[in-house]
Amino acid sequence: MSNTILKSLAIAGSVAAALSATSGTASAGGSEKCYGVALAGQNDCKAGPGTTCAGTSTVDYQGNAFSMVPAGTCTGIKLPDMADGTPRHGSLEELTRDLPA
Amino acid sequence: MSQSAFAKALLDNALPTPEGLIDPQGRPAGKRFDVYRNNVVLSLSEALADAYPVVEKLVGEKFFQAMAGVFVRQYPPKTPILSEFAPEFPDFLAAFPPVAKLTYLPDVARLEKARTEAYHAADADPIDGAALAALTPEQMAGAKLHLHPSLRVISSPFPVFAIWRKNSDAPETTIPKHGQDVLIARPFDMVEMRTLPPGAADFLRALAAGRTLGEVIEFCEKIPLFDLTANIGGLFEANLLINIES
Amino acid sequence: MPLIPHLPHSAGVGYKPQHLGDILADAGHVKWLEIHAENYMSAGGPMLADLKRLAKQFPISCHGVGLSIGGERPLDKDHLTRLKHLISWLKPASFSEHLAWSSHETGYLNDLLPLPYTMDTVQRVADHINEVQDVLGVQMLLENPSVYVAFAASTMDEITFLNEVVSRTGCGLLLDVNNVFISGTNQDYAPEDYIDTFPVEHIGELHLGGHIEDKDDHGAPLLIDSHNNKVVDPVWALLERLLARTGPKPILIEWDSDIPDWPVLESEAARATAALEALT
Repeated sequence: MSNTILKSLAIAGSVAAALSATSGTASAGGSEKCYGVALAGQNDCKAGPGTTCAGTSTVDYQGNAFSMVPAGTCTGIKLPDMADGTPRHGSLEELTRDLPA
Repeated sequence: MSQSAFAKALLDNALPTPEGLIDPQGRPAGKRFDVYRNNVVLSLSEALADAYPVVEKLVGEKFFQAMAGVFVRQYPPKTPILSEFAPEFPDFLAAFPPVAKLTYLPDVARLEKARTEAYHAADADPIDGAALAALTPEQMAGAKLHLHPSLRVISSPFPVFAIWRKNSDAPETTIPKHGQDVLIARPFDMVEMRTLPPGAADFLRALAAGRTLGEVIEFCEKIPLFDLTANIGGLFEANLLINIES
Repeated sequence: MPLIPHLPHSAGVGYKPQHLGDILADAGHVKWLEIHAENYMSAGGPMLADLKRLAKQFPISCHGVGLSIGGERPLDKDHLTRLKHLISWLKPASFSEHLAWSSHETGYLNDLLPLPYTMDTVQRVADHINEVQDVLGVQMLLENPSVYVAFAASTMDEITFLNEVVSRTGCGLLLDVNNVFISGTNQDYAPEDYIDTFPVEHIGELHLGGHIEDKDDHGAPLLIDSHNNKVVDPVWALLERLLARTGPKPILIEWDSDIPDWPVLESEAARATAALEALT
């Protein structure tokens, strides 16, 4: 058998195996429950950035010298030293699903 | 007074109120003009925060507002459609010295941008994996798989998916010590994100570029730890397949 | 022009996605909905799907906020094309835009910016409205703005300006009663006079909304069109005064910020309905 035919057979084998390993059926839901993902903000279902006619008179931040430092949750995130610079990867199992802000 | 002068003064608080703007008594408009000034910058800053909520959480609201004031003056929207506002923000963050130490921040912003794009992308109905399995082996190798138009892939040397989750829907998330490739798509009505196994990002990108399955696999085989069955299964599981061109 | 605004002479509200479930369950006194055109110009997604669903049950008013009708630069052709696409599939009962500008060479400024009332401005606004009506194939309604500053260069009042624009374009008018109250207060004229002299025969829709109070440099009241609370009593009084001239009209409640639970918004629509029913 030619190399091309072998390759085609390998693909077909993978497709068949993949189909039996997953449901193979296009559908929503299911896996979300399996992974126990808590979906913050799903029920408020807020729209993407939009346009409104509302005015405001709140005074804006002013200042030329930008002397502020970030003070959010970033202060609690310490990334390990990635000396080798090689990205490694997690598994496909981590899933989250929601409506974006 | 031209709209150019008006617009320039709107975006630069150091400039005086444009001449010719008055109150009912004919006096200079003064603070009345600030209503427009504030509304332009604040409404755009709010739109930016809505589009990048996790970036906002990471740097804190106060810092974000100040930074947004700088950003919106530098990059006012090119279109009136605010859901398409601020595509420049990730690159802006990469070049903004006050956040230089937060090396992962631009990639978190890229993830958030991809989420918004996926949410508003064209709709398409995913098809069953059986449609692919029904082809002959030769047809499979020559087939082009059309993937969902909402599909986006972000590859980062940082654990961006974990950082995003820790700061949104799963605060208990632990941050791993490695980079993450993330798949973002909206096959139905919700935006889904998944971390990807080795080679999957390249696999998806090559398919999206219109390569045949045979060509894609020839390329991906060379990637260490690439698992063809798992990747094809991933396409089915994530409902990414919308059409097969054979 | 084939499409003439045909909203029902009843109360509507500005649609917010968080109210979708309430609206589908029981819209109460709300008989039609208004959307901001720019929020529905994406290629796809759940918001569009929801709108398609709502449009089967309610007349929809499509209200643009980004055309920059009063802009010195030409209309954004790409934006107009996307608007045309929306109008063609949605087939709204009405399309309206603002007497304002919002875009400039630097970009889109996301605010309804004021115009000097001169013949030059009349011509520019009229040219743009004619272009919009030609491209969309519908008669549009032009809305009176809330203004915070006046222009030394202005040579006519707002009503004269609107009459000039209507005579050159055949467009209709959207009268925002809250904006009349705001601009009257901010520009020191009696809102009642404005209501009494407005060319009511061109009105296709009315707007009501909430505002907040501020002060200018000299301590004079400065009202801001914040759309973040209930319609105040003096604005309801202006509405009644207007309805006595016009008879029933489509009335919209706008609430765009600090958005309340549905029953609060619905109760504002109920009040507008009561004002309409009091006419008969």
